[in-house]
Amino acid sequence: MADTVQEDATQRQDTLLGADELVLNMGPQHPSTHGVLRVKLKLDGERVRGTECVIGYLHRGVEKIAENRTYQQFAPYVDRMDYVAAVSNGLGYCEAVEKLLTVEAPIRAKVIRTILTELQRIASHLLWLGTHALDIGALTPLFYCMREREEILKIFEKYCGARLTTHAFRIGGLQYESYDGFEKDVERFCKDFERRIQEYVDLLTGNSIWIGRTRNVGVLNAADCIALGASGPILRASGVKWDLRKAQPYAAYDRYQFEIPTGTKGDTYDRYMVRMEEMRQSRLICLQAIENIPDGPIFGKVGKVIKPAPGEIYHSIEAPKGILGYYIVSDGTTQPYRVRIRPPSFVNLQALDKMIRGHLVADVVAVIGTLDIVLGEVDR
Amino acid sequence: MADESKPSQEPESNPPKPTDASPAPMPKSTAAPASPAAAKPAAPAPKVLPAAQIPLANDLVRRYRERFGAAILDALEDRTQPYLVIDASELSAIALYSRDEEKFDLLEDFTAVDWPRREKRFDLVAILYSFPNNTRLRLKIPVAVDEHPASLGETWPTANWLEREIFDMFGIEFAGHPDLKRILLPDGWQGHPLRKDYDILLQDTAWVRENLGIDSGQ
Repeated sequence: MADTVQEDATQRQDTLLGADELVLNMGPQHPSTHGVLRVKLKLDGERVRGTECVIGYLHRGVEKIAENRTYQQFAPYVDRMDYVAAVSNGLGYCEAVEKLLTVEAPIRAKVIRTILTELQRIASHLLWLGTHALDIGALTPLFYCMREREEILKIFEKYCGARLTTHAFRIGGLQYESYDGFEKDVERFCKDFERRIQEYVDLLTGNSIWIGRTRNVGVLNAADCIALGASGPILRASGVKWDLRKAQPYAAYDRYQFEIPTGTKGDTYDRYMVRMEEMRQSRLICLQAIENIPDGPIFGKVGKVIKPAPGEIYHSIEAPKGILGYYIVSDGTTQPYRVRIRPPSFVNLQALDKMIRGHLVADVVAVIGTLDIVLGEVDR
Repeated sequence: MADESKPSQEPESNPPKPTDASPAPMPKSTAAPASPAAAKPAAPAPKVLPAAQIPLANDLVRRYRERFGAAILDALEDRTQPYLVIDASELSAIALYSRDEEKFDLLEDFTAVDWPRREKRFDLVAILYSFPNNTRLRLKIPVAVDEHPASLGETWPTANWLEREIFDMFGIEFAGHPDLKRILLPDGWQGHPLRKDYDILLQDTAWVRENLGIDSGQ
């Protein structure tokens, strides 16, 4: 990327003609960077000529920690990567280790996992919608989104006692049975949520300011998405009808009907529409799933000591932000030899430079918002 | 249901049944989760394969072997997931071929594993995904510590940051990378934390003292 940002600008200033070119540091303490992201912007007036992301402020060495913990001990750590979608992280990790052990969670566990993960997707998208709209100047949606997200967090809290970093799943299945009234709570939320989505639509979808700020901003076409590895709603908004839940179903997704929403242009507005539709689809998945949660055990045949046979596994899931992959190498001991986490936010953030060149400074905020990054996951 | 999700994961290994049965004593529980009755028949035939890896010879591997011959050092399958071990010198050509001919258009992940006691200390691991075929393939590239494998950025631009992270964490330098510098750790940091000889409590105390003005808390 533009590592020459600094030099170019100083050279131009030496000539006394390039006083219009400026390097602006945005972040790491900037509210619209959604954490500690620092972006060096090379500006020509209001136009962005280049960017460089400086990341790592939240680096905790998660992959190194993994090599020094047992498989079970590491499970809570993954919740702290994408901390607004901890359930999804946990699902990916637990399923990866299960595949490494060549065991499967019982079907009841899978269905409950699916419900919680889809609720988490809604919660993650709600937080994205609220903050993204706030960045662009629409204050109201944030409060509405937080209100609905609260209902989901309450379900998590009732289920496992935690709201944010839930550690809801265990390798091999679930630790907790669903509580009495779980289906009812999910149903009540889903029934109510239909009306709520309509409220956001009324506020934003046809709003001319919203359209003006998002249409044709941060366009990323399908070819660029694939080349840059951008996945999730970003890829779908560019017109690629692809979702890991359909392409390579995991958990219990093959039991349910849902659509993959796509966009056409791959701009910020399309990504908004895709995520809105994804929330509706997640809602439908939850409603289908609670219809019939199979009876049976919730924990598979996994011993107290997890010692996978030497070898390796790669497993990825469709997290709210994109492809979340785990590559785990086992050396036959109780601790993983290597855990590599493929974080969607990290890879998606790389597309920022492509998306923002030529746009205005104010659009940087919109594009960072539409990428839906979580710095805990970018930096790990 | 359990059986359906498995084959679709790595459809390359089209007949997943034999591979499912052979690797380890455990896999029978895959076919019938939570059914102890099904696990029993597998137990009397303990096929001791310490590594769950078996040689792989399907059409895909044949095409790679025909094309690159000795550069394909090995073709294996681990828990129904295929991977090729390839020679670092042919990395660029194999990457280009994988993308254009075999339609692995997405570099899903690129990372490394450290095996300090091996002659070629690192394994670079590229995880490829093909949108048209819905399949994955892993490429493993053994490299020595002073070797400079070719950057994959020309073939898959997403490799840019992934290679910077590998450089940051393992100290592997990629030839032809446009901007190879640390990405997660500070620029002046000494050492590469994901190497096995870098202890978890170890850190660049000099850097911490100089830049943060504190003594390391560890």
